[in-house]
Amino acid sequence: MRGWFLPMAVVVGFVFLYAPIISLVVFSFNESRLVTVWGGFSTRWYGELLRDRQILGSAWISLQVAFASATLATIIGTLGAFVLTRFSTFTGRLLLTGMITAPLVMPEVITGLSLLLLFVSMELSLGWPAGRGLTTIIIAHTTFCAAFVAVIAQSRLRSMDESLEEAARDLGAGPVRVFFDITLPVITPALVAGWLLAFTLSLDDLVIASFVSGPGASTLPMVIFSKVRLGVSPDINALATIIIGFVLIAVLIAGWLMRRALRQGG
Amino acid sequence: MGKLGLSGRTLVIAIPMLWLGVFFLAPFFVLGRISLAEALIARPPYTPLFERGPDGSLQIIASLENYRFLMTDALYRNAYLSSIRVAFVSTIFALLIGYPIAYYIARAPEPKRSILLLMVILPFWTSFLLRVYAWMGFLRSNGVINNTLMSLGLIDSPIQMMQTDFAVYIGIVYTYLPFMILPLYANLTKLDGALLEAASDLGASPTVTFFTVTLPLSLPGIVAGSMLVFIPAIGEYVIPALLGGPNTLMIGRVLWDEFFSSRDWPVASAVAIVMLVLVVAPIMWLQSVQNRREER
Repeated sequence: MRGWFLPMAVVVGFVFLYAPIISLVVFSFNESRLVTVWGGFSTRWYGELLRDRQILGSAWISLQVAFASATLATIIGTLGAFVLTRFSTFTGRLLLTGMITAPLVMPEVITGLSLLLLFVSMELSLGWPAGRGLTTIIIAHTTFCAAFVAVIAQSRLRSMDESLEEAARDLGAGPVRVFFDITLPVITPALVAGWLLAFTLSLDDLVIASFVSGPGASTLPMVIFSKVRLGVSPDINALATIIIGFVLIAVLIAGWLMRRALRQGG
Repeated sequence: MGKLGLSGRTLVIAIPMLWLGVFFLAPFFVLGRISLAEALIARPPYTPLFERGPDGSLQIIASLENYRFLMTDALYRNAYLSSIRVAFVSTIFALLIGYPIAYYIARAPEPKRSILLLMVILPFWTSFLLRVYAWMGFLRSNGVINNTLMSLGLIDSPIQMMQTDFAVYIGIVYTYLPFMILPLYANLTKLDGALLEAASDLGASPTVTFFTVTLPLSLPGIVAGSMLVFIPAIGEYVIPALLGGPNTLMIGRVLWDEFFSSRDWPVASAVAIVMLVLVVAPIMWLQSVQNRREER
């Protein structure tokens, strides 16, 4: 694979990866209502977007859900990863291993449907959760995001030098103190990365949210999906460009954090 | 203190265990139980599993009617088969596009390597839905591709690309390409350069070296990447719904329609259970075998 073939294949691959995104950004500044016919430079779709109450409202809901579920998922995922890497034997270890990795391969339609059926049954027998909305979406997102956090946390916990923990314990620190004073600071960069991943996964999810939300709470992807289904609309291009901008910033921050963590010696 | 430590340990184990037990494991039991019910026009729209008989005894009413329905209606069988076909073809294409990129990045010098790697991951961080939407603007009859080809005089009338299986393949390959590239890259960087040198010292051409040394050694990366593309593609709903036509049959879409359009919860549950047993369980088993082999 030398000569012209390889660089050519790579260029084609990167064009394939970026061309649709770039055209999305370019056409977000298009005056014309026809998304793919250039009608001159304009920022009117950004203005229209900012006046769209439905989109703004759903964006706010999505951010709340993403914040809450990323935080909960980081706590649960980290605890799960900690238990699996530090406690070698306990009842249900195999079960926990399975439950923490299975959401990664579970088709979203199945996760969404089964969780909704659980919520409906719980409401019928326990009276909670009453109706569906923010709470049920947060629970659902926490569950599948925890798996991703756990994978990241687990690899960090495995690679970290356990003698640090042992030394602290030898010096008389209790397990809680060892965790908060030694383990947690060491794995924090991984947890930040995990939290950011969970946050974006939650912001991105359409299928699971569609199943478990009620009529009152529509997340941003749900609103985008219902608009896009009817055809291409220029204000979605503007929205996409804003999101791409945010993601770019987030990725740069995450990359900087990871690089710093690497330099500190992992 | 020891006693406190022990109960603390139990608490630490209990939190993730309870959460996942209630919100990940229990839903499958509910799913299985409702797949045995019958649809009702009521709230909830399915029959109860237990009923009090006239003498006050508790009776279980379970019906395999939904499963029989899935067996007799060709729609479902076709949907399962066509999901596997679409996922398989997409995986092959993702491999063909992803392999050269992964290979190139693995061979690149360090600063360039990190940048290229970031460039592969970057689109993956952008919203999945919006990336699929971007292709709608590209593939439409008056979209970017057709407009370009027509203005170049290569075609006279637009090619129908949206609402075809072709568009679905593109959507899946595009969305999951980073999942193919990253494990391949990880595998190819670990490749021992001495083996390649030895092959060329012994007179093998670069092409021969590639096919007799590099390719066989990268097989674990190929398997891992293919799994990561194939697995989510099987249950895909959004891509066939936005890019596919009415004839693009995929099981995720059938389940979605059964639930949201037909409002037949029991049949939707049965579709999900069959999907779990036929597709997800074998994949999970394969993966655990793979993991165990790698640990050795």
